[in-house]
Amino acid sequence: MATELPRTDVVVIGLGAVGGVAVLPLVNAGLNVIGLEAGGWMTTRDFAPDEMRNNIRDWPQAVPKAKNEIPTSRANINFEAVQGGGHPMMNGVGGTSLHYWAQSWRLNPWDFKTVSETTRRYGAHRVPVDSTVEDWPISYDDLESYYDRVEYALGVSGNAGNINGSLQPNGSQFEGPRSRAYPMPGLRSSGFTDMMSEAARNLGWNPFQGPAAINTEVYGDRPGCFYHGFCDRGGCHVSAKSSTAVTTIPEAMKSGLLKVVTHARVLKIVNDADGRVTGVEYLSGNQVLFQPADAVLLASQTYENSRLLLLSKSREFPDGLANNSGQVGQHYFSHHQGAPVLALFPKNLNNWYGLPAQGVAIDEWADDNFDHSDLDFIGGGNLWAHTDRKPISAAKMPTFDLVPTWGAQWKAFIRDNADRTNTSYIQKTTLPYRGNYLDLDPLVKDKLGFPVIRITAELRDNEKRIAAFTQERMEEWYRAAGAVQIVRTGLGTAMGPSTHAYGGTRMGDDPTTNVTDRFGFAHEAPNLGVLGASVMGTSGARNPTLTAQALAWRTAEHLVNNWDTITR
Amino acid sequence: MNNKNKTQEHEVGGRAEASLSRRDLLKGVGLTGAALMTAGSSSVIAQAPDTQASPVRIRVTEALETLTSAESAALDAFASRILPSDDGTPGAHEARAVHFIDRGLTGAMAASREQYTAGLAALDDHAMQVGGSAFHALPASAQDAIIDAMTRSAIPESPTLNAGFFNLVRTHTIEGTFSDPYYGGNRDFVGWDLIGYPGVRIMSTPDEITQGKDLAPSRQSAYDMPAYTKDPAGPAAQAGGASHGH
Repeated sequence: MATELPRTDVVVIGLGAVGGVAVLPLVNAGLNVIGLEAGGWMTTRDFAPDEMRNNIRDWPQAVPKAKNEIPTSRANINFEAVQGGGHPMMNGVGGTSLHYWAQSWRLNPWDFKTVSETTRRYGAHRVPVDSTVEDWPISYDDLESYYDRVEYALGVSGNAGNINGSLQPNGSQFEGPRSRAYPMPGLRSSGFTDMMSEAARNLGWNPFQGPAAINTEVYGDRPGCFYHGFCDRGGCHVSAKSSTAVTTIPEAMKSGLLKVVTHARVLKIVNDADGRVTGVEYLSGNQVLFQPADAVLLASQTYENSRLLLLSKSREFPDGLANNSGQVGQHYFSHHQGAPVLALFPKNLNNWYGLPAQGVAIDEWADDNFDHSDLDFIGGGNLWAHTDRKPISAAKMPTFDLVPTWGAQWKAFIRDNADRTNTSYIQKTTLPYRGNYLDLDPLVKDKLGFPVIRITAELRDNEKRIAAFTQERMEEWYRAAGAVQIVRTGLGTAMGPSTHAYGGTRMGDDPTTNVTDRFGFAHEAPNLGVLGASVMGTSGARNPTLTAQALAWRTAEHLVNNWDTITR
Repeated sequence: MNNKNKTQEHEVGGRAEASLSRRDLLKGVGLTGAALMTAGSSSVIAQAPDTQASPVRIRVTEALETLTSAESAALDAFASRILPSDDGTPGAHEARAVHFIDRGLTGAMAASREQYTAGLAALDDHAMQVGGSAFHALPASAQDAIIDAMTRSAIPESPTLNAGFFNLVRTHTIEGTFSDPYYGGNRDFVGWDLIGYPGVRIMSTPDEITQGKDLAPSRQSAYDMPAYTKDPAGPAAQAGGASHGH
């Protein structure tokens, strides 16, 4: 029997990128908040510049809880789902915002209105027939002020492209209008990004430094970026990266209203006979505790959000909490980041230092920024050329079929070319489809005996065509910059585990096709809010984190403004 | 800060016995890349005469933690053909990739131990069959022929010697040569020097980045930096990071 703890106003499950943001508007409104986090605190001392530890051995993300809950994955029901070697999420105060690249994009306005805009411009038949995509219940304009708040609360650097409708030369010419500039200018350029920018301009494109939740100057009590080059899967050694662990969470703690409970392993969200949630059961050491609350915000990343709902069965919800519609786990997709292009240049690029968020973006081929009339797909990709090189990955680079992969010739090749290759990062529009979903694996369980999530999802024609199209554009760009060898990497078929994972608790007005309403609260359990990319119905062609954070702020604010009706 | 002294502490796997630095040791015994080439001599440092050592020096002992002497000899020869040093510059042997793998197999890479046991045994068995001696004692050309067949999984009488095992050893050889020296390989930073990586540093200025491989190497492990040693936090260790409530 669980030991019952004193009641609180709100429990937030997961203090990562989104839960860590939502706590701030809650405490600012005077609410008492308990944040349950499966991991612990980490400090700058944990973030050594160590490629082996970060990139090969997956520390610190491979901590026990997440590592024991790796999703299984299969392309479709004709295969048995198998568990891969790694988990894209991590536990810890700050969660994956500790070790992410920190690219902090707003979605394009088109991403919110994919169905209606495609229909308007090209006809309804151009929406892939097997897709379950819907327009979002909100527009870019509805989210703009929340994007703005998060950019300023965290500290996001970038070069605005559109301020109140006025186009700015250094930013994206395709972004939605923003109410003001970023709080800090974008990360600096490098010789390599300058070279890529010049090549892009020669092609008639508009290159720009993308936005990042990384300081470029002193912001609050944190310094600007040191550019030492260990951002990828590593925490920041000087806290210049604006993870929630060094921004909104400590800010919220100053109020005295946020209690952070670490190493809390949530077992179940509990509900009453009216279908309202009453609190959260969690394991602390070997003790089962029950934390009662007036409202619960679920913020444990896409896979765990669906999993915890599906595991929280009750008399009222026999198939899982808020799942009498059967929609929990549906409309899943993981972002289509595969199929990069690799280039070999005839000179050193001087990329030994610098970070993956320091790069140059091309948006001409993203979203609906170009005419698709004569194309066989909708959407597109953001082309990203960035600085990031470390010695092990440099030595593991492909040999472009120029030499064997071992021996004297190979040694000479890596000696000469270690600093001459670049791998692009192309994020592409990805849609939800019938037959792509999350459910509980019938066989594979975690150490406590609970089933892990099972991914059944495959890329469809629209994704494959975007991949081919954007790889063509990327090759064009590299060639214009002087690349002498190009390799296009394959796409794969399954939408396997990814940090960019979406759906499962999609947000929409129709309760028969969506788990959460337009404010992120469950249609079937009105005092349960869901935070994270699991509520998003489209991916856009860019990283989800800032959008998920803006939505989290909006959900928290909605709770504050409607406290009496939501909690009764 | 004296990097050399800090380096000594992880010279022997982060253990407490401080010793002279690897560079001093190599200089002290007059070893060069060419002199270190002998296949299978993974304990060359331990064989170094201590006549030139100062009285304060502590003898460096580098026991293998899990590999047998036969396994380490086979593996060192194998790794030395993947990343050879017959061009006169250091390769996997000089980086002591085997030392890295040995230590890894008792920890983070333990899941691969059985694959190494089976693969290295099969390698020596096969070498004996086709060449009449253990793998490390075969001429380089014979070693290369076996490895080449292995990459194509074309040794039907010994299916353990397949592309999977080759890729495992190749991956670990790369990691042992190019990882932070803390992990037991990349001895004397020979791997980083080979590919022109100027080393880990706390910060990189635009001017430093522009210098590329001509930038003076930092010559330090991440754990030479006081911010990341695993001693309990002191005032110095906390410098450079934002403090907050935990």
